[in-house]
Amino acid sequence: MSEAVSHEEHHDDHDHKPSGIGRWLFSTNHKDIGTMYLIFSLIMFFIGGAMAMVIRLELFQPGLQYVDPQFFNSMTTVHALVMIFGAVMPAGVGLANWMIPIMIGAPDMALPRMNNMSFWILPFAFTLLLSTFFMEGGAPAGGWTMYPPLVGQLGDGFPFLIFAVHFLGISSIMGAINIIATVFNMRAPGMTFMKLPLFVWTWIITAFLLIASLPVLAGAVTMLLTDKFFGTSFFIAAGGGDPVMFQHIFWFFGHPEVYILILPAFGIVSQILPTFARKPLFGYESMVYATASIAFLSFFVWAHHMFTVGMPLTGELFFMYATMSIAVPTGVKIFNWVATMWRGSMTFETPMLFSIAFVVLFSIGGFTGLMMAITPVDFQYHDTYFIVAHFHYVLVTGAVFALFAAVYFWIPKWTGNMYDESLGKLHFWLSTISVNVLFFPQHFLGLAGMPRRIPDYSIQFAEWNQISSIGGFVFGVSQLILVWVVIKCVRGGEKATDQVWEGAEGLEWTLPSPPPFHSFTVPPQISDASAH
Amino acid sequence: MFVKKLRNYIVCAAVSLSALWSTSASAEYALNLTKGVTPISREVYDLHMIILYVVTAIGVAVFAVMFWSILHHRKSKGAVAAQFHHSTVAELTWTIIPVLILVVMAIPATKTLIKMEETTSPDMTIKVTGYQWKWKYDYMDEDISFFSSLNEESNKIRKGESETNVMDHENYLLDVDNHVVVPVKKKIRILTTAADVIHAWWVPALGWKRDAIPGFINDNWTYIEEPGIYRGQCAELCGRDHGFMPIVVEAVTEPEYLAWVEKMKTQPVEINPEKLYATHCSTCHQANGQGLPGAFPALAGSPIAIGPAAAHIDIVLNGKPGTAMLAYGPQLSNEELAAIITYERNAWGNDVGDVVTPEDVQAAR
Amino acid sequence: MDKSGVNNLAGKLVMLSLTMFGFGYALVPLYNVFCDLTGLNGKTGVVSSEVAEKMEVDMTRVVTVAFDTNIREIPWEFEALEKKVSVRPGEMGEATFVVTNKSDRKVIGRAIPSVAPTQASVFFSKTECFCFDEQLMEPGERREMKVRFVVDVDLPQRYSALTLSYTFFAIPNQGKVAVEDKELFRSRI
Repeated sequence: MSEAVSHEEHHDDHDHKPSGIGRWLFSTNHKDIGTMYLIFSLIMFFIGGAMAMVIRLELFQPGLQYVDPQFFNSMTTVHALVMIFGAVMPAGVGLANWMIPIMIGAPDMALPRMNNMSFWILPFAFTLLLSTFFMEGGAPAGGWTMYPPLVGQLGDGFPFLIFAVHFLGISSIMGAINIIATVFNMRAPGMTFMKLPLFVWTWIITAFLLIASLPVLAGAVTMLLTDKFFGTSFFIAAGGGDPVMFQHIFWFFGHPEVYILILPAFGIVSQILPTFARKPLFGYESMVYATASIAFLSFFVWAHHMFTVGMPLTGELFFMYATMSIAVPTGVKIFNWVATMWRGSMTFETPMLFSIAFVVLFSIGGFTGLMMAITPVDFQYHDTYFIVAHFHYVLVTGAVFALFAAVYFWIPKWTGNMYDESLGKLHFWLSTISVNVLFFPQHFLGLAGMPRRIPDYSIQFAEWNQISSIGGFVFGVSQLILVWVVIKCVRGGEKATDQVWEGAEGLEWTLPSPPPFHSFTVPPQISDASAH
Repeated sequence: MFVKKLRNYIVCAAVSLSALWSTSASAEYALNLTKGVTPISREVYDLHMIILYVVTAIGVAVFAVMFWSILHHRKSKGAVAAQFHHSTVAELTWTIIPVLILVVMAIPATKTLIKMEETTSPDMTIKVTGYQWKWKYDYMDEDISFFSSLNEESNKIRKGESETNVMDHENYLLDVDNHVVVPVKKKIRILTTAADVIHAWWVPALGWKRDAIPGFINDNWTYIEEPGIYRGQCAELCGRDHGFMPIVVEAVTEPEYLAWVEKMKTQPVEINPEKLYATHCSTCHQANGQGLPGAFPALAGSPIAIGPAAAHIDIVLNGKPGTAMLAYGPQLSNEELAAIITYERNAWGNDVGDVVTPEDVQAAR
Repeated sequence: MDKSGVNNLAGKLVMLSLTMFGFGYALVPLYNVFCDLTGLNGKTGVVSSEVAEKMEVDMTRVVTVAFDTNIREIPWEFEALEKKVSVRPGEMGEATFVVTNKSDRKVIGRAIPSVAPTQASVFFSKTECFCFDEQLMEPGERREMKVRFVVDVDLPQRYSALTLSYTFFAIPNQGKVAVEDKELFRSRI
């Protein structure tokens, strides 16, 4: 291998990149593809965010003011699909593309052409999905969970929804295969598995979750398609099928999916906290094992999303206990993060601030998650705003905050320039305050009895909805600061050093900032002594 | 400069937010789960409070340690980083303690869950059927059966057809035309099922919700201890008007209940065409018959509504497959259908002038 | 880098994802087996009448079985002759349902059973049932349909009342169907 690489070195020199649009369309370079993923997910974040603004605007006061209930349902449905499949997942894949090769000392991803394809499927799939807004019968409005028989009432957009989900699944599976192939085959000599940075570890586990769970979703939506057009009766009671079976199959995918969204965030935070505490990560091995056991357990808890369908007692008890048990490895991770900070020498740059906010706010989401594991109480919580608050705490202040932290952490490496720290801090404080104004009152709404997915509500819910909406608008507008910071940073700024952060350790920080177009064409040698 | 400006804005926002807080402080805030009015709902509430205290205590402890560390172990205070990165004892401790807490939590939860499933030996049974977008109640032992849908005034307000300000309508979206009347201190078994898509029947004061699934029947029970009116809503997304199919349970004493049963069995069915149209049709076709362009066709001037009556009866009876137009044949009587169809043919400028009789409807069935 | 190693691994991962796609489909029969074992979806079991007749009868208690009927988008009238019956566990029970086609067309329907509480459905078996079979009804035809069933002696003590519910659906794609009789399902509005 090294012979071939050193031969290549002569004509494939640093920063020898193709120019024009072709550089992006036909790119096989992990850094360019990573960049495209990240920009794409930022765009989708704003499209999905705009839908959230419509939702919060309609819910600002009781009475129907701005949109038709059907369109409102489309907003909640497509908001979820866009944010999950368009914003958070591609952002995670983008970070993996950018960082994994330079963290493990590889010259590129193992399957660069497939990498290009898996990205370019995404805009295509979202064109399919978003085009349904202009069709007879409108965009999907039956919830992102696509429960039959309701989903079958969708008009012309139905096959578009199904095929969009298929393409999104194929794209993610290709990305996952690429990541596993890269990490398994292309680690630099001496980079053993137990030396991998935790971000790489969480991504391997995420990739396996993707490969194991997304095809099941593809199967489920294919059954929906054949039920509607080809006379099968998988989920049609009249034909001897069972609509509840869809929910079982969907959540068999759906619960691992939740960890697909959050595990890379765990990895990011596990990189950032030690850097700014200037102290090694506490309990590296138990972090790896905890992540793996969370992923494993995620395949046995799916029915806690559907306690109210009427399961036998034994089933309810099994899923209650299994769900509660996930709190243990998750707790281990939280405790390890706190122990990493303990007796460190901390500074509080923007990535660190977002990571700390992640630990606190994700924990709140975890606590409410534990509350809902208690089946008899979940009969009250289920399908209320309490649930909405819960999963936005884990996904917005969890996954999305970790993604913000990652951008601030690595953008000096990507661009070679430091970002504007005071703007970054402004973004952090505005986001953190407003996101709590946005989502914390939703706990109260849910407990007081407000169901989710309703466009209008009784006047007893008016005050907290109004407060929540104000938080939502401020949170939405604050995200423009992020765009501003990124643009400003790309255009220039204080030059970043190779190491960028004082406490940063790892291969990626040995490269120049920005790294050359082709990096680690000669694999670095990892000594036995070097830490992860 | 900009940052300063923004800071001003934040201060402004904070001030107005706190103003909002104080002005609405007089309104009654519901911050917590209801205790409800049944033995089960009280157990559920207690479980909720226990687990809430447990997680709050854990949260306070963990975050206290963390923030103490953030305050003291900072570089600006000259803290020097320790280099430990492992402690088997600590890691075992924070694995085992949560396990113990969870086991302790699981015990009362299991007990309550078992009680909730005891649907046996009921005093009476009510079957609840979810429709898009109303509920139907069948009193299995009494041969009483009726639909219950959103109250007319609420319906008008949400469509902007009423003069009443929404804030002045006390139970906006939580009131219905026909209450589910039940006796107190009786074990009532509630079966749920659905006619079209999945719905969920939920009255918070009873302590649970349960999905209503077409083709399947779910059972639950309740035992209401205090007379009163308890309100709830559909909790499973069921299409356009999911937010507009509330539930009102009216618990009364036994004699009052028996009187109600007597009244229900003897009172004739009232036929009011306009009200029937408002209940069953105006959700989509609108009170003014104009429909919603792109989604639901207008009835005013529509070829079906002003054409031959046979086609009109057919579409109302049998629905239009593949669209939101349901078959109303199974839901309504001939008299009601005849009234609705006649109304549609002679309202909003439609002036066919004919009268569709219950016999016409029966003939088309 | 070892290119064949990469391709090899990628090939295996593709196989894994295809297998999981198949597994999604395999969940359908698995789910049905699981339901039969646990009563997950409230569907009932079937036993032969020989087995049922040899069952020991539990003389110490009586179980009430109530009958519930539903029709969806089909112009039939569907009623149980008796609203409920009492049987001893192990004893053969019988119920008669009456179906009438109220339309002037031939209509094919199919009945789907469901037992509540779901946990008890595993202990509820039928030896004879009209359910799941396609039933062709001539215009105006009236037909009695029998169900013979047995409640298992192992039914836990806490269940003393069961509900057997049937829903008649029209078989899809046989032209327009609708309507049920006003007397049975009159709404009081």
